[in-house]
Amino acid sequence: MLDLASNFAWMAWTPQTGLFFAGILGLLLLMTGLAIWRPEIERIGVLGIPTTRGDRLFLSLLGSAFIHLAWLGLSGADLWWGSGLSLLYAAAVFRFV
Amino acid sequence: MDRPYDNRAWLLVLPVLAIVAFSAVIPLMTVVNYSVQDTFGNNQFFWNGAGWFKELLDPSSDLGGRVLSSLGRNLAFSGIILAIEVPLGIAVALAMPREGWKVAATLVLMAMPLLVPWNVVGTIWQVFARGDIGLLGYAVNKLGIPYNYVSDPIAAWVTIVAMDVWHWTSLVALLCYAGLKSIPDAYYQAARIDGASRWAVFRFIQLPKMRRVLIIAVLLRFMDSFMIYTEPFVVTGGGPGNSTTFLSIELVKLALGQFDLGKAAAMSIAYNLVILAVCWVFYTVMTNLDVERPQAETGAAS
Repeated sequence: MLDLASNFAWMAWTPQTGLFFAGILGLLLLMTGLAIWRPEIERIGVLGIPTTRGDRLFLSLLGSAFIHLAWLGLSGADLWWGSGLSLLYAAAVFRFV
Repeated sequence: MDRPYDNRAWLLVLPVLAIVAFSAVIPLMTVVNYSVQDTFGNNQFFWNGAGWFKELLDPSSDLGGRVLSSLGRNLAFSGIILAIEVPLGIAVALAMPREGWKVAATLVLMAMPLLVPWNVVGTIWQVFARGDIGLLGYAVNKLGIPYNYVSDPIAAWVTIVAMDVWHWTSLVALLCYAGLKSIPDAYYQAARIDGASRWAVFRFIQLPKMRRVLIIAVLLRFMDSFMIYTEPFVVTGGGPGNSTTFLSIELVKLALGQFDLGKAAAMSIAYNLVILAVCWVFYTVMTNLDVERPQAETGAAS
């Protein structure tokens, strides 16, 4: 374990980024599980293009990144509010796109 | 069409995934790790949270100001070259021969600039535009027009824009040419029978048929010019002053010049996000263009 830690020292891991990537990995695994056990069909939402769950996840993550950046740039308030807004946005994407 | 997808075949791409993880995902994760920390070298890192991102997005800070102005220059550059290359490319494509030996000759000639490596293009223009030994620079100066891309920002911009137009208009023209070639003769015959003017033929037959390739051309050229590094780096090195410092040049200055890994990482992530968003638009437009769907299906949003 110690060896593993020293081998990956150059990656400069932090608990926070570790959690972040674990979250993304968890989402991907969840999506994989859903794709296997709950297959879906594409649907057309407000964008007028057919999307799958994966597309909606991608749009949610990408949009959330921009929401967080915009929050940092435009608002002085705590970033967690930006995260909350991102969750709302993700919910909207999964519901309407 | 309403059959559910079976995605199990994706397991077969696992080897590719491993390679991509090694070459892209792991470095990208490292960049994310760097972006929330500060380092003074020697693999010692200190937590900085969202600090770099805050600085990046604050135009009054040094980092934010530099990034914002290089972003502005980059967008201006992309706008200018698109405004020149797209109409010019269409014009060239319209003027290209349709049959005979001239087709092959023109195609080879047009493809030439596309085959030249970026840094060689930069070197060619770096020499070509010099006032003392360069053909272009010398000739322009002899005409009595002051032109020195080393000291004059406008001359530097003209040089870089001209270089990009020289390098990439061919791509737009070749794409448009492919679009034009796909128009059946019957369309032109019908237009002739109807007595359509040259403009009407262009506006209602050729342009609509070129729409698809034009979208590809615009998006490709936008992406490429938004990420441009080598050519301006070779020709002007980002100067005079900062006048041709584009995003990628700024990024390299931060990461390799100042060794500010945290700032550079934060900037790369923001830069990457913009490119990812444009790529998504590119991909979505490309895959959904000209797809006919029954109107009833569109209503089934929920």
